[in-house]
Amino acid sequence: MMEWISRMLTPFIISYIVGFGILSDRPVFDDFLAGAREGMKTVAGILPTLIGLLAAVGTLRASGFLDTLSIWLETPASWIHLPSPLIPLVLVRLVSNSAATGLALDIFGRYGPDSFLGIAASVIMSSTETVFYCISIYFGSIHITKTRYVLPGALLATAVGIGASILLAG
Amino acid sequence: MLNYLWGLMILTGIFWGAANGNLDAVTKGLIDSSKESVELGLVMLGIMSFWCGILEVGNRAGLVDWLTKKAGPMMDFLYPGLPKDHPARQPMAVNMIANILGLGMAATPAGLAALKALQQNRDEEKDRQTATNTMCTFLIINISSLQLVPINMIAYRSQFGSSNPMAIVGPALIATFCSTLAAVIFCKIMDMKSRRGKAVPKK
Repeated sequence: MMEWISRMLTPFIISYIVGFGILSDRPVFDDFLAGAREGMKTVAGILPTLIGLLAAVGTLRASGFLDTLSIWLETPASWIHLPSPLIPLVLVRLVSNSAATGLALDIFGRYGPDSFLGIAASVIMSSTETVFYCISIYFGSIHITKTRYVLPGALLATAVGIGASILLAG
Repeated sequence: MLNYLWGLMILTGIFWGAANGNLDAVTKGLIDSSKESVELGLVMLGIMSFWCGILEVGNRAGLVDWLTKKAGPMMDFLYPGLPKDHPARQPMAVNMIANILGLGMAATPAGLAALKALQQNRDEEKDRQTATNTMCTFLIINISSLQLVPINMIAYRSQFGSSNPMAIVGPALIATFCSTLAAVIFCKIMDMKSRRGKAVPKK
């Protein structure tokens, strides 16, 4: 039921908006073009940030540093009951959505989606966001360099999300 | 902060790769990622332009105004200092609602528009590189994740043969609620601190 609602959501919203526009006697295609033009400019504006960030993540991942970091972090992670197979996922989750999804699917394949690790990974992916990616894209777009308390706040929210995920999965 | 972080990521990657003798892999990773980021950018260009177009249709038909009014109480609670007629109010409400519904590709352009409006209409004109409290709250709430139903993860789970792909909906909802609650409390505390004039913006 829930899945059905989620699947119907996007087509429903689009047809509702377009239908509403037509009934309000708006030139809907002209309106659409004006918005889409703005959207293209926006994406073009954030593309440099995207390239810089993903290249840095790719460098770090290919160097094997993240794997080593996961091994170093095994002991402190065990203090907060974070299972070691989830450490790379938690780290990568902060910078890249697609890379984190890849790691979550890897956990599904290795331990099964219904195992403790599979459920914990699913819930972590669902209740957290790509912290560094979001900050770079959003603040980069308006040239903010002094981000004040955004990073501590975002990391706190993410840590609470991860903690709750592991508790709820267990 | 991001300047140091980015530099550190690149340098750590390269030096670590060199120290472990897989510098070739690092170079390949770097080139491949830049290539992939453009591919991702192209996908975003299509989907986000489409959503921006649809949102503009809704905007000009008056739907967004209606939505902003409906989200009013929540907005007043989160951003008490934001005037009712602030130009950032609309995109901020759209961003929040799109995030709750899990429409990330529609949420991003609205979020970017909101920040642009906040930057253009800020009170203190002097230090334009420093984030305002409203910007900080907006970003932290965004990053705390607002999505009610994690439709992507449900789909992946069924692909991997889960006996109950939907089992994560309840836990995800609670975990999302916890992280957002932590974000709201944190932002409220920071707001109070800076109102008292105690908080000195660092860096």
